[in-house]
Amino acid sequence: MSLETGGLGALLIILAMGAVTLATRWGGVFVMSFVPIGYRVRQFIHAMSGSVLVALLAPLAVTGDNAARLALLTTAVIMLTLRKPLPAIAGGVLAAALWRQLA
Amino acid sequence: MTTRETSPYRLDRALVWEGFKTLLPLSLFVIVFGIAFGLAAAQVGLGGLEIVLMSTLVFAGASQFAALELWGPQIPVFTLLVTVFAINARHLLMGATLYPWLEPLSPARRYGIMVVASDANWAMAMQAFGRGQPGLGLLLGGGIALWGFWVLGTWLGLHVGGAVQDPASLGLDMVMGCFLLAMVVGGEKNLRMLLIWAVAAGASLVAFYHLPENSHVVVGALAGGLVGLVWGKRE
Repeated sequence: MSLETGGLGALLIILAMGAVTLATRWGGVFVMSFVPIGYRVRQFIHAMSGSVLVALLAPLAVTGDNAARLALLTTAVIMLTLRKPLPAIAGGVLAAALWRQLA
Repeated sequence: MTTRETSPYRLDRALVWEGFKTLLPLSLFVIVFGIAFGLAAAQVGLGGLEIVLMSTLVFAGASQFAALELWGPQIPVFTLLVTVFAINARHLLMGATLYPWLEPLSPARRYGIMVVASDANWAMAMQAFGRGQPGLGLLLGGGIALWGFWVLGTWLGLHVGGAVQDPASLGLDMVMGCFLLAMVVGGEKNLRMLLIWAVAAGASLVAFYHLPENSHVVVGALAGGLVGLVWGKRE
């Protein structure tokens, strides 16, 4: 199913995104007031929330141009060394900009 | 033990204000992320009102960036909503871990506080509870700070973005990807997580080339989740 983003479409989608996110904020508390969330479910949810980001990034890295790949590599390296997201993101963007200006 | 009454369940205006002030330095960084989001959102053709509305209502950075990745003239609604749910599913765990301290509150307060629950204020609140101190003020006050500055940053980014002629030549099209990657790399790192990520990436790529469009996010997320389920970690 897809929806046009013209007119009200975009607003409806944003409202739905808000509702889904609110459901995640309320859901854990709500479920816990009936039954405790088990070990296996916690493991699955934890692994899934990281995996979804990786799943988004993988095609970006494979189909992107060299500037995109250099940007991602730079971000990963800075993040691993400095452990601070802001310099890591800034470094990645700068790397892509430099590559496109110079290459 | 002090004789002063510092029940971890306490929640009053002073504690909320304390929480707001405690999260203020971090919130200044949140402004920068907000600017990055506003910039990226303007590039994919979202209108100003919609961009600010999204930050106001969703208030979850990674899932908002992910939504931009799927944004276009036509949007796969199901995929988008599943993606948003999967990225934000960690809120379920936050709610579950906070439950012992939220339980004594009235339902209105309990669910009201959770509206602004996010990574940073949840972590600070759990630390406070761990020390036997009140944490609900950090959760609510800190959440209000993070939320306010996220929306403010988004609004600022929107106006910066409008002034940039060719965002790609400045590398600004990579803001989104670099943000998501920084979130991944900044998380837990060990052999188990590495395997989970590798399976998620592999499954995503297989789906990207061989399965219907946009299914790669859901396929990768489920594959990674299953590895986490099979290779459980001791808590």
